[in-house]
Amino acid sequence: MNPILDLRQVSAAYGQSQVIHGLNLAVAEGGITTLLGANGAGKTTILRAICNMRVRVSGEVKFAGRRIDGWQTEDIVRLGVGHVPDGRGTFVQLSVEENLLLGAYTRRDRAAVARDFERVYGYFPRLKERAAQQAGTLSGGEQQMLAIARALMLRPRLLLLDEPSFGLAPLVVQEIFQILRRINEEDSVSLLLVEQNANLALDLATDVYLLETGRVVMNGPPSVVSNDASVRRAYLGY
Amino acid sequence: MEALMHQLLSGLANGGIYASVALALVMIFQSTHHINFAQGEQGMFSAYVALTLIQAGFPYWTAFLLALGFAFVSGAAIERIIIRPFERAPVLSVVIVFLGLLFVINSLAGWLFTYNVQSFPSPFPAGLGNRFLSAHEIGMVAVTLVTLLLIFLFFRYTSLGLAMRAAAQNPDASRLVGVRVTWMLALGWGLAGAIGAIAAIMAAPIVYIEPNMMGGILLYGFAAALLGGINNPWGAAVGGFIVGVIENLAGAYVVGTELKLSVALIIIIVVLVTRPAGLFGRTIVTRV
Repeated sequence: MNPILDLRQVSAAYGQSQVIHGLNLAVAEGGITTLLGANGAGKTTILRAICNMRVRVSGEVKFAGRRIDGWQTEDIVRLGVGHVPDGRGTFVQLSVEENLLLGAYTRRDRAAVARDFERVYGYFPRLKERAAQQAGTLSGGEQQMLAIARALMLRPRLLLLDEPSFGLAPLVVQEIFQILRRINEEDSVSLLLVEQNANLALDLATDVYLLETGRVVMNGPPSVVSNDASVRRAYLGY
Repeated sequence: MEALMHQLLSGLANGGIYASVALALVMIFQSTHHINFAQGEQGMFSAYVALTLIQAGFPYWTAFLLALGFAFVSGAAIERIIIRPFERAPVLSVVIVFLGLLFVINSLAGWLFTYNVQSFPSPFPAGLGNRFLSAHEIGMVAVTLVTLLLIFLFFRYTSLGLAMRAAAQNPDASRLVGVRVTWMLALGWGLAGAIGAIAAIMAAPIVYIEPNMMGGILLYGFAAALLGGINNPWGAAVGGFIVGVIENLAGAYVVGTELKLSVALIIIIVVLVTRPAGLFGRTIVTRV
C-alpha cells in the first residue's frame, strides 16, 4: 500500500541545534502510526517538521505522493493535514463554536460543514453543550476534545496528534482513544500519534517507531516492538 | 444649562473622531503589540487624497470612498513593505520605524500639498443642524456610529473577521487551520488605515486640513485607547467618546481652550498610574 506520508532523510533544527537526524518514516494510508520515545527524543519536532512550523527542515517530505517540504504551513494544512499540536492550540478567547468554525475555515461547502458540526458533536456531546462557552474556560479534557474536533472540521486525510493524553485523567484518556479509533475506522483518517503512554499507544497502533535523540532505533508492528526486552524495561515497566 | 448641554454634545461629536482613531490603534496593537504612531499621518494623507479628488470635480462621497480605498491599500502596503522586515526586531527599533514613517508621510504631504492651511468641505446640508450641534457634528457622529457598527458586524459575523481575530490571538494555531496569517496582518493594517482616514476626513472641516492636523487628535486617540483598554476595541471606542466629553468640559470650565491638549496627557498618566488595563481592558497576567 502507498504511504499517505513519507519522510526520507529528514533533518530538523532549531537555530544551530539539530534535533532530528536523517529520519525515515512512513504512515500507511488508513493506518495508525505511533512515535514512542523519551522526553527530548524529537517527537514534537517531527510533527512540526511535517507542517514546516517553527523549525528548519531539510530532506524530503511527501504527502499523498506529493513533495510538500518547503511549503507554507497554511498550504500543507489545506491539502488535508490536521494537526493537534502540543498545548492544543486552542483559541482561548473564542467560543467553542467559533473554534470549530475556524477548523473549517478553508472549506467553502457550507452544507457539508454543517453536517460535520453534527458529526463532531456526535463524537464529543460535551462540546455541543458548551458551544457558546469561551474555550479557555473548558476543562483540560474538554479542551483536548475541542482540539481534535477542530482538526476534524478540516476533513483531514491525515491527523497529527501530539500527546493527546497529556495531563488528563485516565478515564478521559480512554474516552479520547476510543474516539481516535472510531475516527480512524469510520472516517478513514490516517493517524500519526506522538505518545508517552506506551501501553495505550501500542494498543492502538498498527505501526510503531521508537525514537532516541532524533534517530529511529526500532520500527515494526506493535506486537514485535512490545516484545522487545529493552522496550518493555524502558517504556512498559515490566 | 444650555451651554453645558452644548459642550457635552459637541464633546461627544469630537469623541467620535477619537473613537475611530483609538479603534484603528487598538486593531494594530492587538495583532502586533505595537502602537502605530503614524496612524494619524496616514489618515491626514488620505484626507488630502479626498480633497484633491473633490477639487478635481468628483462628487464628495465618491471621493470619500476612493480615499478610503487608497487608505486601505496604502495601509496594507506599509505593513507588507515597511513593517514586515521588523517583525522580530526589538521594540525600540519598531518605535523608531513608526516615528520615521510619521515624519516621512508628514513631509511628503507638505511637499505635495503645501503646508498652507486649507478649508475642507462638509457633505452634510446646513439644515441638519440644531441649536446644540452643527450639521457637520451631527453627520460626523452618524458616520462614526455607522463605521463602528460595520466593523463590529464584520468581526462578529464574517468568516474573514473570525480569521482575523484568530490570527491576532494565536498565529501558530491559525496557521494550523489554514489561515494565511501574514495576509490577515496586512488586512488589519488596511482596515485600520481606512478607519483612520474616516476620522481624518470627518475632522478636516473642523480643524482644517494641513500636514500637522492629526497631531492633537492622535494624542486624544491614544488617551482614548488607554482609557477604554488597549486590548479591547469596543472599550477603546467608548473611551473615545468619554475623552471627547472630558476634553470639551475641561476646556470650557477648567483649564481653558489653550491648555485643552494637556487634558489628554493627564488622562494618559492617570490611567497608566491607577488602572493600566483601562476601564474595559483585561489585565494580562504572565507566569514567569
